[in-house]
Amino acid sequence: MPSLIEAFQSQVGRKILTGLTGFLLVFFIIFHLAGNLAIFGDPNAMNSYSQFLHDLGPLLWVARIGLLLIFVIHAYIGISIWFNKRKARPQQYKVYSSKGGPSKQGLSSRSMAFTGIVLLIFVVVHINTFALGDMDTVMLDGRATHDVKTLVIDTFQNPIYAFGYTIVMILLGAHLGHGIWSAFTSLTLRSKKASATIYTIGVVVAVLLAIGFLFIPLYIYFGGGCDAALINCN
Amino acid sequence: MSLMTINLKVWRQKNAESPGKFEDYKLDGVSEHMSFLEMLDVLNEDLIKEGKDPVEFDYDCREGICGSCNMVINGRAHGPKHKTAACQLHMRTYNDGDTIVIEPPRAAAFPIVKDLVVDRTAFDRIIEAGGYISVKTGAAPEANLIPVPQDISNEAFDYATCIGCGGCVAACPNSSAALFTGAKVAHLNSLPQGQPERDKRTIAMVNQMEKEGFGDCSNYAECEAVCPVGISISAIAEMRRDYVKAIF
Repeated sequence: MPSLIEAFQSQVGRKILTGLTGFLLVFFIIFHLAGNLAIFGDPNAMNSYSQFLHDLGPLLWVARIGLLLIFVIHAYIGISIWFNKRKARPQQYKVYSSKGGPSKQGLSSRSMAFTGIVLLIFVVVHINTFALGDMDTVMLDGRATHDVKTLVIDTFQNPIYAFGYTIVMILLGAHLGHGIWSAFTSLTLRSKKASATIYTIGVVVAVLLAIGFLFIPLYIYFGGGCDAALINCN
Repeated sequence: MSLMTINLKVWRQKNAESPGKFEDYKLDGVSEHMSFLEMLDVLNEDLIKEGKDPVEFDYDCREGICGSCNMVINGRAHGPKHKTAACQLHMRTYNDGDTIVIEPPRAAAFPIVKDLVVDRTAFDRIIEAGGYISVKTGAAPEANLIPVPQDISNEAFDYATCIGCGGCVAACPNSSAALFTGAKVAHLNSLPQGQPERDKRTIAMVNQMEKEGFGDCSNYAECEAVCPVGISISAIAEMRRDYVKAIF
């Protein structure tokens, strides 16, 4: 019997890890989107959410390191699958096409490596912009806290950020369109009937998440930041 | 009976070492009733008459049972039809004047022997690693000694229908052998006779599959679409489930 470490390095083990980490990442982005929507709430909602997260102290670091680890494992395995695939078929077909029917080949599944790499680069830029960016401080409940909300509103008035984010979020939707169903299958979903239902649910969730995320930068850009009807700055 | 002219673009390669290339052939008088392989037989008769090397391709039963005739026809393993092996494909699928591109299955684990023939012994080695049950030989035991529930028996039989053609590997964008290995693992692991060696079998076959140089499974399900006997990718899920059970 292989050790657990060896087992998770096997082809089947790697796939199970990809599914597991993918699932956790989907849960994370659902929470992330819920947090983002605080921008439409009370004027202080977003900054007090940020304050709440910072108040978690060491727990926040545990979450950050955990998340980083999950992300790195997911990306590393994804990239290694791409390299293995090139090794496994050194000579490509002259003509190649899908037979359709039960096949899940399509733009979403065939572009997993591309959308994944874009998301990897995006996450680095995203953290640099919003987590490490220059922020003013505001007083909240008698304590100084980062003014994330103003940074978000300022950033998305720049068309490069507003449209750049929109494009990346469409790619995120494409990644999840195959990814959510694939994660279930990797985590040993067997039933054909359930598989068809989960595929549909996966696509719907992917589309909803993408729309949820890209709505905010576009709304800020076209609404003129604090002038937008749904955003209350003061 | 209508006769067609078919243009062929066939991969020709002397052996594993020499580089291959496509050769163009024009075949007149192709009957719609011919099977795809009979059409290739006609081509080969012509080539032999002309003193040229015939196109080497694998076949045996010509009725979809043996799994020898794995070739990639216009970019699809076994041609355009679902649940159909290349030998069961008929020329009525095509129209007069069509061009058909025929390639061998392309995978590092299936080195080309000649033209459309590839070496699929990698599959044999996966079977050798655990695709069997160990029994004492001797007189055949009473058939109903070990009861098998009907649904389990049906499921095992569905997986057991794998003919080992390698169409799954040929069609997979990653050249993964997960459907083949999954079908063999799921077949034996679902039956009572397969239980004693269940964990050992699953791990050994998964390891051998990787050692042979097949790619990872990305759940494209293209394998299921091209499988001439229609094996479902639930076989792959079964293999993953049994793998997890084996390591914990």
